[in-house]
Amino acid sequence: MIDQALPIIFMFIMGFAMLAYVMLDGYDLGVGMLLPLADDDEKDLMIATIAPFWDANETWIVLGVGVLLIAFPQAHGIVLTSLYLPVTIMLMGLILRGVAFDFRVKAEVSQRSFWDGALFAGSLTASICQGWMLGAYITGLTVNVVNTMFSGLIALTLPALYVLLGAGWLMIKTEGGLFRKAVRWGRAATIPMGIALLLLSVATPIVSEEIAAKWFVMPNVIGLLPIPLSCIVAYLTINWLLYKREALEAGYGWIVFACTLLICVMAGIGLAYSLYPDIVIGRLTIWEAAAAPESLKFVLIGVAVTLPAIIAYTAFVYKIFQGKATKLSYD
Amino acid sequence: MDFDPFLLARIQFAANISFHILFPAISVGLAWVLWFFRWRFTVTGDKRWDYAYAFWVRVFALTFALGVVSGITMSFQFGTNWPGFTEITGNISGPLLGYEVLTAFFLEASFLGIMLFGKDKVSNKMHLAATALVAIGTSISAFWILSLNSWMQTPAGFELIDGKFYAKDWLAIIFNPSFPYRFAHMFNASLLTCAFLISGISAWRIQQNLEGPATRLVLKTGVILAAVAAPLQLVIGDLHGLNTLEHQPAKIAAVEGIWHTQKGAPFTVFGWPDEDQQKTHFAIEIPKAASLVLTHELDGEVQGLDAFEGRHPPVAILFWSFRIMVGIGMLMILVSVWAAWVLYRQQKPSPRLLKALSAMTFSGWVATLAGWYVTEIGRQPYIVYGLFETHEVVAQHASATLLGTLFGYVFLYLFLLLAYVSALRYMSSKPAKSLSLLHEYGFKDKTSAIGDGQ
Repeated sequence: MIDQALPIIFMFIMGFAMLAYVMLDGYDLGVGMLLPLADDDEKDLMIATIAPFWDANETWIVLGVGVLLIAFPQAHGIVLTSLYLPVTIMLMGLILRGVAFDFRVKAEVSQRSFWDGALFAGSLTASICQGWMLGAYITGLTVNVVNTMFSGLIALTLPALYVLLGAGWLMIKTEGGLFRKAVRWGRAATIPMGIALLLLSVATPIVSEEIAAKWFVMPNVIGLLPIPLSCIVAYLTINWLLYKREALEAGYGWIVFACTLLICVMAGIGLAYSLYPDIVIGRLTIWEAAAAPESLKFVLIGVAVTLPAIIAYTAFVYKIFQGKATKLSYD
Repeated sequence: MDFDPFLLARIQFAANISFHILFPAISVGLAWVLWFFRWRFTVTGDKRWDYAYAFWVRVFALTFALGVVSGITMSFQFGTNWPGFTEITGNISGPLLGYEVLTAFFLEASFLGIMLFGKDKVSNKMHLAATALVAIGTSISAFWILSLNSWMQTPAGFELIDGKFYAKDWLAIIFNPSFPYRFAHMFNASLLTCAFLISGISAWRIQQNLEGPATRLVLKTGVILAAVAAPLQLVIGDLHGLNTLEHQPAKIAAVEGIWHTQKGAPFTVFGWPDEDQQKTHFAIEIPKAASLVLTHELDGEVQGLDAFEGRHPPVAILFWSFRIMVGIGMLMILVSVWAAWVLYRQQKPSPRLLKALSAMTFSGWVATLAGWYVTEIGRQPYIVYGLFETHEVVAQHASATLLGTLFGYVFLYLFLLLAYVSALRYMSSKPAKSLSLLHEYGFKDKTSAIGDGQ
């Protein structure tokens, strides 16, 4: 029994890690992409809002890919070999972004604008590549004109989601001029993100018959309705709140961030439903790709012990650095 | 021109892992040194330890960041370049890597935030604890990855069914025969690399009249650490070598350049190994020395390369890498004992000693890389020693793709290496200027004091 359930458990863990990555590093990458729009003082402050967190946030993608390797070694090879180029370019983006945090304050002052540029370029490149990878993955890693266009579409929209996450994060962590800028950036990001959400919802069933077959049958359609509905409500709330200045200044900016997270969670659940039980659509199910039960049990013990601890000390770190980031620097 | 995709894939992986190891080689040791600085400050209240921490934690942050981003590359490259490896060994390599992520990566990354930015947000005790947790995290990370690496060298605790590994005994897998030696050797290598880095930079600062309140204290810490770790490394290295002789005799035969199985084999100090002619040109030999070192008997029999029917690693590169590693190791012992003697006699370090120490700043890097080339190239032609060969697990990418990404990586890495070394130099030469930017590190009330020097 437990042997049969193990692949499902690990699919859940992998989904959790990937979702945590998109939500947490998503705001880091979003702030990185917004960097050129700020002046020098604001740049320092924007980076101060993410500096204590980005490293741990990035670790979630290592866990996600790690679980892919641990639990589904057959799929790990297929997926990463197919995505060779976007993965490689994404890695170079993440390298540039990660080292720029340190170099911008440690290299000579004259190099600073270069490293700020690297932080921006790295964040943008990584975001676009992640979108591309997601698109290629949803279309079953097969290359044709329609699939390529679809991947391109997601490559252009995932950055918009990250920018909205970044703007929402800045609304929580900053005040004054930068806060007002964050609101404006948020407003601008909602438009491409809205178009993207709409196109994606329409395009996904068109490019993938398997996914269409899962969604548009009775009674599944009714059971699944909360997913698109909550996304629409969250999206409308974001749009409404971004124009309610008094509410935002009174400290309700976090709702924008929370609603964006909700959209991520719902999209993640929708995606998991679309894929299940495949790990590579149309080619490999999670049972076919799964590692040996002894190996999975051995890791599951580790996950059961460490994952709650990781979540607990992550919460602890967020608690230590809570509040407006200005205080971090000049308290 | 036609390039062999297999060779390109290997060069790419070698470039990535060579670049990566430079940074853990410093950060694993430096994390513990930082904890030591913080602990001394907590216990003695001596401000100089706080200065030392403030300066070196910035070096640590930069080093750690480079280690993290280049490490992430590695975790993806297993899949992008060596899918066969995960398919064959997934049941064993997966859990070991998984435990590294779960028990080490999150721990170090999360508490690094507190270590770097939380000084004024948490109590000194909590800050000391956060520093310890980061140090523990880096060491746990080394534990798991070296366990996997050692398992590839000396596989144990498994069952092979239909060309795939299945775990039988996890303790036997984790603590496989070469693991304790490799872990001790690498952990000590990191302490050594760090010791020469901190004493080298401190010596350079004294030479350049850039001395701060803590510079001599850091120099002393580095020298003492080096004087203990360098001779210790000789002992660990010898034990590691004997373990290798037992499990991977072909690697030792290549290292020693012993072509034919013989009794009373000489040790070749220098020479030019020629694999085509199966001999070493211009060899300077010490009679019977190889037998003495390897078997602890003058006339002990040592297996030669001819015993392995061509399934042995390339000879020249192992022969030379090993001599570079050992040569630097000897130099380390010499310089650290000399420096420790001068400090023990409470003499002022002479310009010549300072020059020697600063020349050795990055010596740990060269020795670490040379050592890894011995162990990794020495595993060839196998990916899992004696069972699977490396060419069996490589991904079929076009040469052009591999060549393009290889150029991209190499360019990026050389650029980052240059940026890293010049940032270290800049931080060491103009501490006042660069530290004043560090309000986000929570040093704001002490910025001016630190600004006067390290």
